[in-house]
Amino acid sequence: MTWVMVLIGAVVGAPLRYLTDRAVQSRHDTVFPWGTFGVNLAACAGLGLLTGAATATTVPQAVQHLIGPGLCATLSTYSTFSFETLRLAETGAKYFAAANAVVSVVAGLGTAYVGVALAQSLFG
Amino acid sequence: MACEDPKNPPAGDSPPTGWKAEPADPDTAVAPLPHKPGRTPRREQADILLVIAAGGVLGAFARYGATLIWPTPATGFPWTTFLINVTGCAAMGVLMVLITERLTVHPLVRPFLGTGVLGGYTTFSSYILDAHRLLENGHGGTALLYLAATLTAALAAIWTTVGLTRLVVRPRSAGTAGEPATGSPTGQEGRA
Repeated sequence: MTWVMVLIGAVVGAPLRYLTDRAVQSRHDTVFPWGTFGVNLAACAGLGLLTGAATATTVPQAVQHLIGPGLCATLSTYSTFSFETLRLAETGAKYFAAANAVVSVVAGLGTAYVGVALAQSLFG
Repeated sequence: MACEDPKNPPAGDSPPTGWKAEPADPDTAVAPLPHKPGRTPRREQADILLVIAAGGVLGAFARYGATLIWPTPATGFPWTTFLINVTGCAAMGVLMVLITERLTVHPLVRPFLGTGVLGGYTTFSSYILDAHRLLENGHGGTALLYLAATLTAALAAIWTTVGLTRLVVRPRSAGTAGEPATGSPTGQEGRA
């Protein structure tokens, strides 16, 4: 059953990452990979909300697998994040490469904390 | 260019010919599908989403399976997610050089393997929430080490595999795809 929930989450998460990314990338012309940045933060928010909810109340295992390893983990990506960082560095945008790496991690952590706190206040 | 199929010249918004020429998102840039009578853009988009979903499930299953086989203790260094992300980035380096600089592949290969399998296999949110859990449990040192180690190892992995793949897999025809061994960042013509 947990595998089915992961499957459902992944079936939604991967195409959602693609569609979100395309939508974001078509709306700006900077070199910064806002699309991947956005989906990764959205996934951190979602996983933060789940983590906060799970500490404040009882979240069914099925829902945890659907949102955790299914949706959020598949929605977010490290391979594209690192590839885009490398490509920024290789194409001369070294400042943007460093900014992408550092800001993604810091903003991801911040988003996760907000998600956890929000869920704890909602479900606590 | 090495990966440009003369039968399917790249469209303006999704040229498959190299990193610099692509839209800012690399692994979702999809070359035009081979023309088939009766295939609508909507059908093409459906095909792309379908292979991304299928690849995403495979990647997610590999990741989820790994976390079941090698569970990480709540206060320990999250080795499993660390290795998932580093190996996924290493594979990404090989894939991107092969399909954008060396080979002409079916346009659905990239969304399937890049966006689907590797995008679904690697995870940024689990990485962040691993660090969050360590911080919350009073293991700030391990959290910072984990954050920095994953970032460093993932970038080193993809940098290494990109370089090695360019070195080992030669362009198919000399003079059309640049000289990768010279240290040229993109290794292709027409990038200035």
